[in-house]
Amino acid sequence: MDQHLLSIVLFAPLASLAVLLLIPSSNKTLIKVWANLSSFAAFMISLPLAARFDKSAPGFQMVERVDWIPSLGVKYLIGIDGISLLLVMLTTVMGFLAILSSWKAIDDRVKEYYAMFLLLQTGMIGVFISLDFFLFYVFWELVLVPMYFIIGVWGGPRKLYAAIKFFLYTLAGSVLMLLGILTLYYRYHSQFGTYTFEIAELMKLDLPLGLQQWVFWAFFIGFAIKVPMFPFHTWLPDAHVEAPTAGSVILAAVLLKMGTYGFIRFSLPLVPKASVNVTIVQVLAVLSIIGIIYGALVSLMQQDWKKLIAYSSVSHLGFCTLGIFSMNPNGIAGSVIQQINHGISTGMLFLIIGVVYERRHTREISEYGGLAHVMPKFAIVFAIAMLSSAGLPLLNGFVGEFTILQGAFEANRAWAAFAVAGVILGAAYLLWLYQRTMLGQITKSANLHLPDLSLREMAVFLPLIAWAIWIGVYPKPYFDLLEKPVAQIVERVRPGYYQGGAAINAGAAQPSSTAGAQ
Amino acid sequence: MSQFYTLTDHFVLLPAIMLALFGCAILLFDFWPRPDPRQRRGLLFFVVAGLAFAGFGLWRQQAFLNANGLTEITAFQGSLTIDRFALFFNWIFEIASLIVAIVSYAYLEIEGEHHGEYYALMLFAQCGMFFLAAGTDLVTLFIGLELMALCFYVMVGFLRGAKRSNEAALKYLLLGAFSSGFLVYGFSIMYGLAGSTKLSDIAIAIAARDPWDPMVFLAMATTAVGLLFKISAAPFHMWAPDAYEGAPTTVTAYLSVASKAASIAFLLRIFMGPLASARESWEPLLSVVAILTMTVGNLAAVTQTNLKRLLAYSSISHAGYMLLGLIAGNETGIKGIEVYILVYAFMNLGAFIVIVALRRKNIIGEDIDDLAGLMQKSPGYAVLMLIFLLSLAGIPPTAGFLGKYYIFLALIETHHYFLAVIGTLYVAVAIYYYFRIVRSMFVGQLVEQAPLTTSFGVRLALGVAGVMTLAIGIYPEPFLRMAQGSILR
Repeated sequence: MDQHLLSIVLFAPLASLAVLLLIPSSNKTLIKVWANLSSFAAFMISLPLAARFDKSAPGFQMVERVDWIPSLGVKYLIGIDGISLLLVMLTTVMGFLAILSSWKAIDDRVKEYYAMFLLLQTGMIGVFISLDFFLFYVFWELVLVPMYFIIGVWGGPRKLYAAIKFFLYTLAGSVLMLLGILTLYYRYHSQFGTYTFEIAELMKLDLPLGLQQWVFWAFFIGFAIKVPMFPFHTWLPDAHVEAPTAGSVILAAVLLKMGTYGFIRFSLPLVPKASVNVTIVQVLAVLSIIGIIYGALVSLMQQDWKKLIAYSSVSHLGFCTLGIFSMNPNGIAGSVIQQINHGISTGMLFLIIGVVYERRHTREISEYGGLAHVMPKFAIVFAIAMLSSAGLPLLNGFVGEFTILQGAFEANRAWAAFAVAGVILGAAYLLWLYQRTMLGQITKSANLHLPDLSLREMAVFLPLIAWAIWIGVYPKPYFDLLEKPVAQIVERVRPGYYQGGAAINAGAAQPSSTAGAQ
Repeated sequence: MSQFYTLTDHFVLLPAIMLALFGCAILLFDFWPRPDPRQRRGLLFFVVAGLAFAGFGLWRQQAFLNANGLTEITAFQGSLTIDRFALFFNWIFEIASLIVAIVSYAYLEIEGEHHGEYYALMLFAQCGMFFLAAGTDLVTLFIGLELMALCFYVMVGFLRGAKRSNEAALKYLLLGAFSSGFLVYGFSIMYGLAGSTKLSDIAIAIAARDPWDPMVFLAMATTAVGLLFKISAAPFHMWAPDAYEGAPTTVTAYLSVASKAASIAFLLRIFMGPLASARESWEPLLSVVAILTMTVGNLAAVTQTNLKRLLAYSSISHAGYMLLGLIAGNETGIKGIEVYILVYAFMNLGAFIVIVALRRKNIIGEDIDDLAGLMQKSPGYAVLMLIFLLSLAGIPPTAGFLGKYYIFLALIETHHYFLAVIGTLYVAVAIYYYFRIVRSMFVGQLVEQAPLTTSFGVRLALGVAGVMTLAIGIYPEPFLRMAQGSILR
């Protein structure tokens, strides 16, 4: 039982899916009750992961290893480190809250809806805990199908367009990534004579810089589309706007993190020389900064509440990738924290849109105004979510952005300067959104008698608010969790970083000397 | 037994003899006056018995190879070779024939063209395939090819009353005869080069020459035209959409799986045998053909509204992927083709069986719109179809991914990066058209209320195809081992 805890967490949603299929689809209440209970149970099962995790130990923990396809060297190999742990916890929390938030919103084809969510849940957890590249790829692709259906069946007016766009973009990226994976796999075989997809083994490869660069770009396509980085972000606004609320929440909170996680877990350690290559780092940093500023500027211009939040995701994820490619402990740790923060705060913002959409069935910002008068509890929740997303101190967003900026500053001051502009713009579009929807007088008569948050809705928001405040006030446990894995990654891409101290700290923009010396 | 027909010859030939005998038996049985249509069930019994006896022969051969640690048994002075490669393909023919025969029983009733010849032709066609997979002599191979093709010409036109079935058959026949002409021309040059019809002799003769020798090139090019026609590679694919659309759906399924598998086996025998040393000259040619095939297949499929036509184009693109395996040509590539054809057999048969189930009395059921709302009407069929389509597109954890996996790996191992990138990008295109079907099934509004045709046979066949498509994807180890053991050496 104990040694299979991770597998249990992974397959719990799949098991509850199997039970769900046995419930007749006419019995909607039972289906909803079962889906909520089982996803809550899945969350509860994942708690011991955090409790038993030993943050002082380096490397992966709770590792399970079984041969799966021996003739290909494929193993069922799973394990977690601090980074994976945080993302798995994010997944189980958001998975439960997304299902809870759908109680009233989804009344059509309920059984299929929850079935897709449970399948999605297993896929997402699998992505974050796989230590075998083949297994990772299987989960990575497994996520696409349920998300396609969630957008395509229960989405808005242009749902089919958005769903297939999401599918095609991600798939095109991931098949190219597959070529990168196969290249490593083949090179490992020619160097060591055995076939394996194990990440730890593939890290032993010593490849020439040129090849590493090709592999890096292959991975980049796959991950950058998922994040999404500018200029691959165009699928995101469509998918977000058309997806049902819970779909948007999961998409923003967890699915996008698969891309950033991919960079941290695979790109950096597997092709370290390419990852610190000066051209690549600069290109990636510039794309991140463009993403930050462009996403924020486009958000400022939006008339659609949901689209605004969707573009803000582009901006926030820009921070995450900028942190990663600062290539120092602050940047990477900040990036992971910011991924969690983005999951919490943007998840909340999408849930907030879901609340008003359920009441008014419109997302035009101009349709609202003065909601604070009729929905005071809602106004408070929205205020907290908005401020946490904008990076107000004592809330979670601040911790992440600040640490990333620290990292970026250490790498290159210009990056930090541009990124700070993104913070300011972020505050601008969020505050302006709040002002336009919540403050002032009620301008539309339809808004006069909107009911405030129900108990169920409060139950969705409260854990997230609590989490946001926890990270904002006392982030130390999170940084402790990340310290070891981040140090390992930094040591891997920039050997001697910790010994060299300030001398090499001069910047990731000039690491070619360290890379070239090898 | 004279020395012209030894015991070994008999042993090797046994599966083909069984197939031919039972085919003839069906023809005789069909003469029996039958007052009651239910007696047609006897036809199916003959087919299953024929396949069982042929399977027994194959099983004995396999056991013989294993018991004596042999790699091959040759017969008729080297014109037939039973190696594990031949056996692997013959097992695929067996599976395909069995599944198609079971489904045909319900289908032909609905079409109102239930005749004994159909099953006899199936067995004769499989007999031809046996020679295609096991033949190592130009004459044997050619006779096998013609035996198979002639049966298919008739089967494609089996719906005598239907105009498009007739048109399809005629088109297939004319173009097929034309391509056979090319093939024979290539064969005659090969014979001229070697003075022998044995593949091994020809291999020696061609290896002694320069790969760019004009005669070698001419032999290669004309043979390639004939072979590429059979696997429906562009630019020789024109017949496929029409033949697939016009033929009875069960025949389309059989044609797309068994005939393609046999032709691939034939292609491998020729290109990895006599023409192996001329790789330098055919590799660029086939690369262009493969790219063209994937392009034509995938792009043309995007606009199709008829399911059978769409699957025809998708099957063209699959031929392109299999060609990529041959272009890579290393062990992984050949193994990849074998895995590909194995999973292709199950997933493609599955998809066609769903179309068979859509055919009801007075309802053609071949358009994408005919699937609209299938999820509400028969969720089991919709989910199975989803699995087949995901597998056809190559999304893990379905079986189709493994086929593509090997092909891409082989291309990377042999440094064909450009082809690999083209091949992967077309996966995204393929998803687009496969998901037009998915969209119709899961999002489309239910229009046609009539329930699907669900005989026991259809369900059984569909279940087998679905289970295998998932099983090979989730636990491929035994199947990969099997393919590993059956590489053409």
